[in-house]
Amino acid sequence: MLEKLGLYFSFPFVRYALIVGVLIALCSSLFGVTLVLKRFSFIGDGLSHVAFGAMAIAAVINLTNEMPLVLAVTVVCAVLLLRTGQNTKIKGDAAVAMISVGALAIGYLLMNLFAKSSNLSGDVCSTLFGSTSILTLTKTEVWLCGALSVVVAIFFLFFYHKIFSVTFDEDFARATGTKAQVYNLLIAVIIAVIIVLAMNLVGSLLISALVIFPALSAMRVFKSFRSVTVCSAIVSVVCALIGILLSILYGTPVGSTIVAVDITAFILFTLCGWLLRRRLA
Amino acid sequence: MSQIICDRVSLGYDGNLILRDLSFRLEAGEYCCIIGENGSGKSTLMRTLLGLKSPSSGTVTFGDGLKPSQIGYLPQQTAVQRDFPASVFEIVLSGCQGRQGLRPFYSKADKALALENIEKMGITPLVKRCYRELSGGQQQRVLLARALCATGKMLLLDEPVSGLDPKVTAEMYELIDTIHKRDGITIVMISHDIEAAVRYADHILHIGGDLFFGTTEEYLAKQAAIGAKPGGTESC
Ligand SMILES: Nc1ncnc2c1ncn2[C@@H]1O[C@H](COP(=O)(O)OP(=O)(O)OP(=O)(O)O)[C@@H](O)[C@H]1O
Ligand SMILES: [Mg+2]
Repeated sequence: MLEKLGLYFSFPFVRYALIVGVLIALCSSLFGVTLVLKRFSFIGDGLSHVAFGAMAIAAVINLTNEMPLVLAVTVVCAVLLLRTGQNTKIKGDAAVAMISVGALAIGYLLMNLFAKSSNLSGDVCSTLFGSTSILTLTKTEVWLCGALSVVVAIFFLFFYHKIFSVTFDEDFARATGTKAQVYNLLIAVIIAVIIVLAMNLVGSLLISALVIFPALSAMRVFKSFRSVTVCSAIVSVVCALIGILLSILYGTPVGSTIVAVDITAFILFTLCGWLLRRRLA
Repeated sequence: MSQIICDRVSLGYDGNLILRDLSFRLEAGEYCCIIGENGSGKSTLMRTLLGLKSPSSGTVTFGDGLKPSQIGYLPQQTAVQRDFPASVFEIVLSGCQGRQGLRPFYSKADKALALENIEKMGITPLVKRCYRELSGGQQQRVLLARALCATGKMLLLDEPVSGLDPKVTAEMYELIDTIHKRDGITIVMISHDIEAAVRYADHILHIGGDLFFGTTEEYLAKQAAIGAKPGGTESC
């Protein structure tokens, strides 16, 4: 088995996949904690569909490099969604659902109308589930993903305490002089970036899983914001590593394998948390 | 120059006014108690003073160099979700956030201040505990410690003693009084405890029914006048 892995690692695209996979898993888990706690889980889902729609548009107008367009559209939608989230007159979750379903439908429609390849359902499937895209990354894409991940991670580190304040009690933060709106905006932009990045790894449908499972797992066992954040980052990276290795060894789709490993980790952590509470009680 | 100037402020939700034409000024170093029945708009007024809600008409202005980062605030209810993982220390320390500006990490002085306020609130043994696993009164003390960390010039408290036991309630009033007298912090407190309000505060703002703003002496005199009239009743 090790020999087989060694052989695979002599291919650069496998190494790229591993590097990018781990970086994206790290970024998505860092903000996953905030997303879950701010009840923004839906935004992750909605944005991934928006990104899917943008990809369809990029494909239709024949862009060679679709990343900038997808990124721009997703960021704009993230900011808009966050606005409506704060507006009490329009229910945030309804707006998210609308944009999410709308983008998905329009994206599919566009792909259908202007499809150039004969294998349409295969294309859609790979965009949604990201089946092989991670193994076909070019060197530029790896660098772009890498750079963006580093930016995201540094941002998180520098604004960690502000993110905590704004997430825990936004009113208090605003009342006592923290520019909560600015940080909310930044968080929305970063989340959009992460989602676009993550689409390469697991495809748009499974992004929510990548963002939310590690955070939920960590919250089963740990009780402070810092320990939850650190734990979910570790869980996410380890699960991504195991998932990618398994998918290489057994030829399974990368995204689904990672999520399956994440689900296993979640079950393990739930058991751990339950046992810990039993022992304390 | 006054620290807070409230000029003909009306408050309401979706066009329904709950408070009309309220004007008053708070000077540095005053201790003002806001009283009134449930639902009269006390919390709404406090949120308006803090800029969390905009008034339907009129203006609220900060004067005397007062900045939001010098204000401590204890909300009546915090919309914290039941499953939020946060330790007591993390929460109290977040009270120092307003002053941080763009600095990413807390200084040693911030951490010392947080520990000092935790000590003042008598929750030192709970420092590492998870907030969501504390009792209501313990949570209230955590939020008070956080408010104290944020306080520079002014402290706004929305029913600070609700959920506290009698001993801690008395200690709390004394503590607020000390902060007011020793550090010269302006206090704005919402309370249903009129007895304590008249004892500690130098100004009373009564809202709902008949509006009243004035010194405690004026308030007592007015109450006595109403009480002296045959058939007169306490309005709160
Ligand atoms: N988010 C809201 N949307 C609509 N109406 C609201 C909202 N919050 C409060 N109100 C209404 O505004 C009025 C004043 O509420 P507020 O919370 O300010 O009262 P309060 O004086 O603080 O009462 P209490 O003594 O119970 O704390 C109430 O009648 C309430 O129904
Ligand atoms: Mg109230």
